[in-house]
Amino acid sequence: MPLDTAISEAKVWAWLDQVPDPEIPVISVVDLGVVRGVEVEGGAVTVTLTPTYSGCPAMAAISLDVETALAREGVTSVTIKTRIAPPWTTDWMSDAGRAKLEAYGIAPPQAAGGPKRCPHCQSTDVEKVSQFGSTPCKAQWRCRDCLEPFDYFKCI
Amino acid sequence: MTHLFEFLLRQGDNALVLGHRTSEWCGTAPALEEDIALANTALDLIGQTQLWLGYAAEVEGAGRSANDLAFLRDAYDFRNALMLEVPNEDFGRALMRQFLFDAAQVPWLDALQGSSDSRVAEIAAKSVKEARYHLERSADTVIALGDGTEDSNRRMGAALTYLWPYAGEMFADDSTDRAMREADVAPLPSEIRPAWQSKVEETLGLACLTWPVSDFAHSGGRSGARHTEHLGHMLATMQVLQRSYPGAGW
Repeated sequence: MPLDTAISEAKVWAWLDQVPDPEIPVISVVDLGVVRGVEVEGGAVTVTLTPTYSGCPAMAAISLDVETALAREGVTSVTIKTRIAPPWTTDWMSDAGRAKLEAYGIAPPQAAGGPKRCPHCQSTDVEKVSQFGSTPCKAQWRCRDCLEPFDYFKCI
Repeated sequence: MTHLFEFLLRQGDNALVLGHRTSEWCGTAPALEEDIALANTALDLIGQTQLWLGYAAEVEGAGRSANDLAFLRDAYDFRNALMLEVPNEDFGRALMRQFLFDAAQVPWLDALQGSSDSRVAEIAAKSVKEARYHLERSADTVIALGDGTEDSNRRMGAALTYLWPYAGEMFADDSTDRAMREADVAPLPSEIRPAWQSKVEETLGLACLTWPVSDFAHSGGRSGARHTEHLGHMLATMQVLQRSYPGAGW
């Protein structure tokens, strides 16, 4: 096998960075911080994933998408491991991921517990509509200036 | 049946039974936001169930899976607290129950993070984040409805009166609890009661509701000895697919 076709951990990370989150396709599973480890042994790749919320239905889809993406790159042996400790935190979301979320209209998580500003008009005059939203990881907020509702990525 | 297996069934069955009861609101809650909130809460609880019952099945070592434990056991094999299996009745009771459970679950899971059993500690660390979020919402809602209209206050009071005789069971220690305490797997449930009591007192005060007088507590859910008649009906709905088509998968 020529050297440049060998699988490296860096290549696997780059491939996984192209795998969109099934619920929020604007960010990748790497941006989301659910990929916790990549190991390469010869041609065999082991990817360790951590769930965002314990009941998140997207986890099954993410596992399948990771396997499919690696198979497309010619990896024939893929093992997906699930790890729950330490528990996933929004601190693991990449800066690139946060910026992409905001551009998409979802306010990124803030340690203060609420969105910093409206992702549509940047006003800081915002109010909570509900602690839960369209997926386990989001809450519903509304902007009091532009009056648009928006999703806020819960900070955990 | 080992004490650890019994202990894990209690954790898993609490999450499963409350998760199923909560999921019954899907599509019928009083407002869209509440519908979504309840469905998401149920989803968290069912996710926690998979972790607890998955570990229970491993500990049992009898070749059963988390799904087998959830869908192929009958009422007398369930180990959930009675309070979690009684019917929803109305939104007030569902939220009062969620609050009374969350207020116990947060200090309980918090303590379990220091368990001598590393798997228990890991599952607790994952679940406590979700439980804290649930408590924030259920406490807020109990306050909003208790300190709301005359009708909402009356219904929250009725919910509290109905649920109260079931709440005490969560803190009644038995031989399994003592064995887990001895092995440093978990604190005694009674040790969690003061934290629960102070949160409940504070919240009921803000909600203009009165702390019930009686300390009488039903028992029999956590041991499986005496479930209410409601659990069987709930399981008949929850388990019908696996009972009718054994082994059916997605």
